[in-house]
Amino acid sequence: MHIHSVLSPCGDIEMSPCAIVARAKERGMDIIGLTDHNSTRNADVTRRVGEQVGLHVLMGAEVTTKEEVHCLCFMPTTEKLIEFQAFLDSRVVFYPNDVDRFGYQLVVDEEENVLDQVPHLLINALDLPILELQQKVYAMGGIFIPAHIDRPSYSLSSQLGFVPDKLKVHAMELSWHCKAGGYKFLDDCPWFSDFNFIQSSDAHFIEDIAKIHSVLEMPYFSFENFKNALRQGEQVIL
Amino acid sequence: MTVSEIIEKLNLQCLNEANLDAEVTGAYASDLLSDVMGNARSGQLWITMQTHKNVTAIASLKDLPAVVLVRDGVPDEDMLKHAKAEDICILVSQDATYELCGKLYEILK
Repeated sequence: MHIHSVLSPCGDIEMSPCAIVARAKERGMDIIGLTDHNSTRNADVTRRVGEQVGLHVLMGAEVTTKEEVHCLCFMPTTEKLIEFQAFLDSRVVFYPNDVDRFGYQLVVDEEENVLDQVPHLLINALDLPILELQQKVYAMGGIFIPAHIDRPSYSLSSQLGFVPDKLKVHAMELSWHCKAGGYKFLDDCPWFSDFNFIQSSDAHFIEDIAKIHSVLEMPYFSFENFKNALRQGEQVIL
Repeated sequence: MTVSEIIEKLNLQCLNEANLDAEVTGAYASDLLSDVMGNARSGQLWITMQTHKNVTAIASLKDLPAVVLVRDGVPDEDMLKHAKAEDICILVSQDATYELCGKLYEILK
């Protein structure tokens, strides 16, 4: 549910849509999420590549809010995805990317041809508070999951220390650092416990794809079924 | 005032000796990296509690001679390795941000 392509500056150059899909399929995944930093521009091509081999791809982004909290946001359709991207772009605080320091930010096609390079640094925070982001995602029928909440940087716990009162989430993501069965983070921070959790790879390199995953039960894949499975909690097996 | 003079006057610990002769023109205190990217100026010390490697990437990008970690902060292994590779001076203060800023402001003015 949390994979970076070559569009994220920190995403390895080998993380093309084809390579990501091939690896995920090889590792037995049924559903993956494409979540580049502040950009969805490789998500649709990844979905199309996945479709050809029976892999479902949720299209989204890992958005950096004004508070520097990372949040996974997924959209139900390509139309909504385009609208969401325009919304994110309207909140960009422009800072030019430095490819030597941060890495390339490449929009690519199915054949790994480079279609565009994003000029502004995608890991920068948007002028967008977390509550407003969440409300926008919900209003658009999307899925909203604060990312790696257990990590000491860019997480709800590191940046805010608590879950804001009005914030709604479909689930919280624990990083791969939280080993299954040993959720020390939740013991230490019990105010984060009352949520449904997923764990994802946060893969930036091919070999990291599916190094950890979550299991959700649903009658068949659809965006709505996925959202419901997240909400229902008792069917989420970590 | 140079980085090494500041280290001495404020009794800072130095974890990576680099830019010791660099002239310090001021300081910027912030724990939001995007804020530092947008607002810090070359020649300023960066005062922060963040200890991950993006800190050194940004210090290098913005030409900040040194990063001061407050409250005895310990840099991540990645951050220190990157600091050594990029010649970024990493300093540590026992003080919290407010006290450190107060002391630094006095000696720099």
